Amino acid sequence: MTLLDIQGLSVTIPSPAGPVQAVRRIDLNIAKGEIHGLIGESGCGKTMTGMALLGLAPAGAQVAARVFQFDGIDLAKSADALRGRRIALISQDPAAALNPVLTIGRQMDDVLRTHTLQPKADRTAAAVALLAATGLPDAAKLLKRYPHQLSGGMQQRVVIAQALATGADFLIADEPTTALDVTVGAQVLALLRQLVADRGLTVLMITHDMDVVAAVCDRATVLYAGLSVETGPASAILTRPRHPYTAALLAALPDAAPHGQRLAAIDGQVPASTKPISGCAFSPRCPAAMTLCHTVPPPARVRGDHRWACHVAEDAP
Amino acid sequence: MDLVRYTLRRVLLSAFVVVGVTFLVFVVAQVVPSDPAALYAGPRPTAEQIAKARVTLDLDAPLPQRFVRFATAMGTGDFGVSYKSRRLISQDLAVYLPATLELAIFSTLLALLLGIPTGVIAAARRGSWLDRLGSLGSILSVAMPTFFFAMLLQLIFSQWLGLLPLSGRLSQQISIADPLPFVTGFNLIDALMAARPAVFLDALSHLILPALTLAAYPAGIAMRLTRSAMIEILARRHIVAARALGLSAPRILFGHALPNAVGPALTVIGLSFAYALTGAVLVEIIFAWPGLGRYVSEAILSKDFPVIAAATLVVTLCYVVMNLVIDLTQTLVDPRVALT
Amino acid sequence: MSGLVRRLGFGGTLCLALIVTFALLALFAPWLAPYPDQGMGTPNVIAKLKPPSATFWLGTDHLGRDGLSRVIFGARVSMSAGLLIVAFSLLIGLPVGLLAGYFGGWADEALMRVTDVFLAFPALLLAVLLAAALGPGLLNSIVAVAVTWWPWYARMARAEVLVLRGQPYVEAASVMGVSQGRIVIRHILPAAARPLLVQAALDVGPALLTASSLSFLGLGVLPPTADWGKMVDEGRKFFPDRWWVSAAPGIAIFLLALAFSVLGDALRDREGGKRP
Repeated sequence: MTLLDIQGLSVTIPSPAGPVQAVRRIDLNIAKGEIHGLIGESGCGKTMTGMALLGLAPAGAQVAARVFQFDGIDLAKSADALRGRRIALISQDPAAALNPVLTIGRQMDDVLRTHTLQPKADRTAAAVALLAATGLPDAAKLLKRYPHQLSGGMQQRVVIAQALATGADFLIADEPTTALDVTVGAQVLALLRQLVADRGLTVLMITHDMDVVAAVCDRATVLYAGLSVETGPASAILTRPRHPYTAALLAALPDAAPHGQRLAAIDGQVPASTKPISGCAFSPRCPAAMTLCHTVPPPARVRGDHRWACHVAEDAP
Repeated sequence: MDLVRYTLRRVLLSAFVVVGVTFLVFVVAQVVPSDPAALYAGPRPTAEQIAKARVTLDLDAPLPQRFVRFATAMGTGDFGVSYKSRRLISQDLAVYLPATLELAIFSTLLALLLGIPTGVIAAARRGSWLDRLGSLGSILSVAMPTFFFAMLLQLIFSQWLGLLPLSGRLSQQISIADPLPFVTGFNLIDALMAARPAVFLDALSHLILPALTLAAYPAGIAMRLTRSAMIEILARRHIVAARALGLSAPRILFGHALPNAVGPALTVIGLSFAYALTGAVLVEIIFAWPGLGRYVSEAILSKDFPVIAAATLVVTLCYVVMNLVIDLTQTLVDPRVALT
Repeated sequence: MSGLVRRLGFGGTLCLALIVTFALLALFAPWLAPYPDQGMGTPNVIAKLKPPSATFWLGTDHLGRDGLSRVIFGARVSMSAGLLIVAFSLLIGLPVGLLAGYFGGWADEALMRVTDVFLAFPALLLAVLLAAALGPGLLNSIVAVAVTWWPWYARMARAEVLVLRGQPYVEAASVMGVSQGRIVIRHILPAAARPLLVQAALDVGPALLTASSLSFLGLGVLPPTADWGKMVDEGRKFFPDRWWVSAAPGIAIFLLALAFSVLGDALRDREGGKRP
């Protein structure tokens, strides 16, 4: 069953240098209970997509979409009402996402107080239970601690507990492991996976890291220059990418090149977000580009639940 | 551990500053004036009177010895005798210091009350009329001479509107006919302790204009500091995170952002307090406020150096202690300071 | 003219014009004041405490002297007090801060502790004490304020030097064997002086306010010299019934301090914009 259905989302931000197309045209379809990866390099519009879902696009930004629905509710109208109630954010860099001068207990309680009418004692018990559910030991003692007294992994668990405290069933996890050590990051991912299974959550996993996609995602969407270029089951994206950009991303992984060989890198740069795009956005950097690619927008191609937009890749390589 | 070390270092530095301040006051009050003995001996003294005064004042001893005596006397609360009134200065200080502190503390509170909320709102609504009005006000308040502002307030609120008393600390029917018992020296507190609400209101009404005079400039600074601090804080990621968790705008503004602005707020307290202590010299003359400021200004006219020195020293000590307390509070309120 | 407006903004230009006007009034007071002798102090007892009129635009004071003439002559005192306080303070603070910052060590430590002591006084208070000890007189009051003022500049200069000392071009000069004195004077002083000069421009307003406060307390110029702070004090006895005696000099102080402070702000913004 579809929980999130977005078609043709665009976010335009005014700037002194002219309007910036942070998100040009993104389609996103997420089923209930799924962990959906949103993959791309920095500046491809993945964080802005998350912010638009939360109704937190910067002041003055124009958010538009043909379809913009969450569980049948129009997000264009109701994002503010859903934020922190059905949709919650797990921020990148937990050290920055927690208020440095408030205790963990106070920060948990502020969320619970916003979303429930329970008395203080019940809220404290709920806070302890939620912190414990994220695998934090001695949760009761943590309430009196300040964020800087916790390790990065523990901070990220607190951030997750805050998101759970809202009672939201859809979590937007914005690079939740980027600021953490690899092993700690893996534990956090395992925790998220388990919470999804136990609590019937749905997660949009914003990441630039293919390893994260491989570790936890059921499905994934690849973004390039504010456009969704490929979407499908995570396994298919990882093993049989159709879009040349996805393939290039995978080839650029450190493990992809045989030992001793030069790492593949994608030549060229992402097109400027202030300029319109002609043809396929990736064509200036695409090794397989034809003349057609530079002028005509690529057609949508579908094979089962795998979709991509490319002139060249008609079918499986 | 770091907290203890930091505290010790701060206390030691303050102790050094106190010694330095005492030395500076000693030099200025006892070494710079051309002939303290002549001043001490009174108007048109004979040579014999002056010689006697030199002995009484110990002016012929070597400087280091004089300084040690001066510092010891000050340290034990023996501020000497006024050249002019021949009264014990410590007795005068006991009466005048509470009056000045009452004014200084009240005006500091007023400055915070005026400056911080407007700063928060100006930051939350940049470019709004309140924001513009605030920045205009703070520009004007920097250039306004304290003593002239005091007179303007008297003209408007006392002369024209008749809302508040022109000067004094209490109405005469109270201070003469039925005076308050002196307990703390703070009229507001003494009136409450004596359970006399009418006197409390009378004291409050006398306090408002001088306190407002002293609060205007620090309130402008408080607003500017709070505004810029809040603008920076509101852009931080944990504020975005709090919004994404569905917290209400007032709770984010006052519950999450404002506690991060405690640093600037404490700075403002220190500034306002210092400004009030300094401005008291000017304001107390205009409002006939029987405090240290008026005491000093009268002493200036009669070149009563022991009084000027004692008052300067006491007020500066209040200020040093205040700064120490503010610094230490800062480390307690913001748990990160102890780490750096 | 339009270039000036572009650089300083409308407010800044207006304030510069105001400062120039006051400066011209101060310089040519004997020719511009309607009653120069009264401006310099000659009493005119037949016209005591007259309200503003066509003959006396700003009224007359308790000795019958023309308010406008007194204000014009008073500009000389306030103008020179504000500028001289800042100049004297810079003259002490800049070299002291420069040397302490460049050579570091015990000299630096000593300087910091000395400035600690000076800055521990609520600002006006030490000036009052000093001015009282030195005795009244314009120069004494200027010196008194400057003595309390220089530690700010010393600290600022020191902080600037600490940053500059680590700059590659300074280190390079040092490595190439340029003498220390030459480095300080050729490389560090010009760069460190810029922000201090901007600060000094901002401080002229507060400096003249402080000087007028001392004068208000009877620690400034000696009578019969006209000075705004003193004039406000003289008018206090007749306030608020004869408000003009105090109002004219009070407004003059306010305007001049405001002009310096807004102009200083404009200068700082311009300077700030230039930095990389």
